[in-house]
Amino acid sequence: MRFRTVTSPHILAEAGVAQLMRRVLYAMAPGIMALIWFFGWGVLVNLALATSIALAAEAAMLLARGKPAVAQLNDYSAVVTAWLLAVALPPLSPWWLTATGVVSAIVVAKHLYGGLGYNPFNPAMIGYVVLLISFPREMSTWLIPHGFGQPEAVTWSETLRAIFGGVMPERFAPDALTGATPLDVLRTQLGLGLNVAEIRNSPVFGIVAGSGWEWATLGFLAGGLWLVYTRTAAWQIPVGMLGALAVVATVFHVVNPQRYAPPWFHLWSGAAIFGAFFIATDPVTASTTPRGRLFYGAGIGLLVYIIRGFGGYPDGVAFAVLLMNIAAPTIDLYTPPRVFGARRE
Amino acid sequence: MWLAVIALGVLAGASGLLLGFAAVRFKVEGDPIVDKIDAILPQTQCGQCGFAGCRPYAEAIAAAEADINQCPPGGENGIIALAELLGRDPKPLNPENGVEKPKMLAVIDEQNCIGCTLCIQACPVDAILGAAKHMHTVIAKECTGCELCVAPCPVDCIHMTPIAQTIATWKWTYPIAETAVKPPVAEVAA
Amino acid sequence: MSGLFAFHGGLKTVRHKSESNQRPIQLSALSERLVVPLRQHIGAIAKPLVQAGERVLKGQLIGQPDGYISAAVHAPSSGTVLAVDQQPVPHPSGLPDWCVTLETDGEERWIEREPVAYQTLHHSAVRNLLRAAGVVGLGGAAFPSAVKLNLSGRSERLGTLILNGAECEPWITCDDRLMRERAAGIVAGLRIMVHLLDPREVLIGIEDDKPEAIAALNAACAGTGYRVRSVPTRYPSGSVKQLVKLLTGKETPVDGLPVDVGVQCFNVATAYAVHRAIDCGEPMLSRIVTVTGRVRRPQNFEALLGTPFAELIAQSGGYQDGVERLIMGGPMMGFALYDDRVPLTKAANCILAAGIENLTPEQPALPCIRCGACADVCPADLLPQQLYWHARAKEFDKAQDYHLFSCIECGCCSYVCPSRIPLVQFYRYAKNEIWAQEKEKQKAELARQRHQARLERLEREKREREAKLRQKAPPRADAPAEKSSVETAVARAKAAAPAAAEAAETPAAND
Repeated sequence: MRFRTVTSPHILAEAGVAQLMRRVLYAMAPGIMALIWFFGWGVLVNLALATSIALAAEAAMLLARGKPAVAQLNDYSAVVTAWLLAVALPPLSPWWLTATGVVSAIVVAKHLYGGLGYNPFNPAMIGYVVLLISFPREMSTWLIPHGFGQPEAVTWSETLRAIFGGVMPERFAPDALTGATPLDVLRTQLGLGLNVAEIRNSPVFGIVAGSGWEWATLGFLAGGLWLVYTRTAAWQIPVGMLGALAVVATVFHVVNPQRYAPPWFHLWSGAAIFGAFFIATDPVTASTTPRGRLFYGAGIGLLVYIIRGFGGYPDGVAFAVLLMNIAAPTIDLYTPPRVFGARRE
Repeated sequence: MWLAVIALGVLAGASGLLLGFAAVRFKVEGDPIVDKIDAILPQTQCGQCGFAGCRPYAEAIAAAEADINQCPPGGENGIIALAELLGRDPKPLNPENGVEKPKMLAVIDEQNCIGCTLCIQACPVDAILGAAKHMHTVIAKECTGCELCVAPCPVDCIHMTPIAQTIATWKWTYPIAETAVKPPVAEVAA
Repeated sequence: MSGLFAFHGGLKTVRHKSESNQRPIQLSALSERLVVPLRQHIGAIAKPLVQAGERVLKGQLIGQPDGYISAAVHAPSSGTVLAVDQQPVPHPSGLPDWCVTLETDGEERWIEREPVAYQTLHHSAVRNLLRAAGVVGLGGAAFPSAVKLNLSGRSERLGTLILNGAECEPWITCDDRLMRERAAGIVAGLRIMVHLLDPREVLIGIEDDKPEAIAALNAACAGTGYRVRSVPTRYPSGSVKQLVKLLTGKETPVDGLPVDVGVQCFNVATAYAVHRAIDCGEPMLSRIVTVTGRVRRPQNFEALLGTPFAELIAQSGGYQDGVERLIMGGPMMGFALYDDRVPLTKAANCILAAGIENLTPEQPALPCIRCGACADVCPADLLPQQLYWHARAKEFDKAQDYHLFSCIECGCCSYVCPSRIPLVQFYRYAKNEIWAQEKEKQKAELARQRHQARLERLEREKREREAKLRQKAPPRADAPAEKSSVETAVARAKAAAPAAAEAAETPAAND
């Protein structure tokens, strides 16, 4: 009897790329649900819009590059990019904003650099930064969080009209509908000479950090921990990033509590948790050695604090991640693990 | 003004001393580039490059009198290695010099050999054993497959045979082929 | 994990042990025709000692070891030699190799067997007996055991002798059954090893999914001081360097062997073979092999070397439907065979007729997403990803910088790779290429030296000829001028030596 031959190992683990990517999507679900609860249907529309544009752009690029489009579309990596970006966009962003961001991410940041596995920069963050630099006004008009179904909440039809028609709901006074994000508030008011305790009394703040935001953060933390538990995300990156952020924030807070917010505020604000578990852990653009990942995460945490505290933007996760993306190959070079049987240093 | 001139002067002087010291301390003996080129060449000594052996060809390359694509036994890999060593772009093998072939072994048909010693004189690595009027044979281990012995033989009893692959010489292949032969599968993972 | 030292990485894989470990070892039926490969071990191929038509006895030497790292081959049964030629053998290449084909006469007539009292013999005499008996490691690598049992060059006393009964690969149960049924024989062989190696301690490592084997060996070791250690079931705990780390905490150096850290390790089946060779005078003629997977009665056989796989499968009830691949060894490190008409060898511990449900369907490889799962499971603490990039780009120097040769090819990285990249295959390819290049280089160096020597010889001959001519020529008035012209001619010849060689006008005196 004759047989086919294939090289060993003859058995493989079940988790393929598609499964890993799907796990990331599942893990984002609790946080996304919290966002929808507080910011309305716009979040969902953004997600759907970004997903469809991302898939279309991915398919077009794969075809243009002569790759097996069907097989690679099924890897879900474009969907993950779309979701990461959509979550970071203001809930009533006009459709062209989402489209610009997604196309920058998929076409420029991913496929022009060689596609899945070859892009040096996190595509979602490239898309986000392109928007942040090009359209700063649109990117900073966040809705003021309200509970689901409350009279102040934006309705379905208002959402659709805002996103696709560019018409903001008329029944709100401009200040009642949108406002600055909590980190933005902290930044501007610190600039006005107020101290941290005074600013914290502002209504945008809740128990730990931004009201409403903090629940979404909790959701992302839960999902992120599950990712780490299932080994989908490397634990070293969130530990390194949040650890470094906490340490620096503590140091500054101890030195001058008036001027610098406490560490728990920093950890729980903006995209720190979301970034630590979902963005920085993108394996393609992160460091790959175990020790390197700690350094890589720590670098991001440090940069986030520097940008928040001293830079020109209220939050710095996107910039920090991109900057550390540049450093990742160098980090890898200097942090190889000690090979079994090699002499200990 | 004077301070700047002095400072620069001192700096220049120091650098000069350093370079001078380095030139003495790290002086390289002989002409290593020829050795390096020679090390890449396959040492077949077949003369297909137009030179009388690998070393003269290496010297000619080093002196820019010969191109790097004249060695058929070295093949594409050899050209790439030479290009890398010399910082040039690889180029295809010059067809005037021959074509890349799998490694061969000269075999003397011992029934027909008349013992003329012509092949012995032609062999660049003394890999043929025999004496006048006695049958000759090729030492397989030392034959480079240069084919120089084939032409001189008056009775055409020398043949080049490909070296058969055995379990001892078998190699695992480059794996890309394994994935390339498969049709694109729609469902990546269930 | 008390007293154990975990190694990095590794996997929990499917086990599939119970299919074949429920039935006792069965003696396989004598095959009419045995094809005995002369290369069943690591090292030089054995030299055949018989010719077609010769009658041989069971246990008669038919292949002589060629050099120190080589092993003897014996006739597994009595009969007539049909041929000494190239036959298909179990090898990933599917290439044939030199074999002695034997037609058995069914009489099983033995050579003279002499049990030896090893305690009375010099160590080297015992080793020579093992060498003559063709004993090689039965864990899969088939390294000549007599070589590993020779520590005469080392000044320090051996710290630990380890017997490897981990059997970490899925499906394989030959060592499990051997330990359950013939623990006394294993310990008897171990005693001989202890006699030769004089270790400070003796440990037997067995994965904890084999409680019966652990109990059997514990009973057999009572009163000997040998300790049976149960190790966690985690692939690849049966890999030598990993098991040594697990049991002693010592890491074998990158370029070294366990013996460099004072540990020597043998498979349990090897110990049993040592026992049979010394205490019974039987050379290595058979081994225990697991036949499992999609066969009707998966079980272990004690089969003569040279028995065709097809016959062992037939004795297991034959194939069930849907056999996709025939694997020699386990699914992690074993290789797929083209054909089942290949003979059993000393290295064949398992024949796995794998159905589609036991295999991962082949899938096209996706690009590496740098997830690092490979590095997480690598028991050698390598960066499989970097090795992959460099092997793929054929940058073998850089692959070696990342310790390519520390890779044990256990397959863990390929197993977890979400992009389904055949990583191990890349490493095998790179290793083979490096070895081949090394061989090429040596050959080129030889050719260079021989060419150089030839040029010098031609030069010398030319000088001698000219000197002779000078002696013969009668002295003349203008002799000084003549002499100087000869000298310049010699100098010219020196400068144009290669050209002279090429012209080949000099009559050769090649003797």
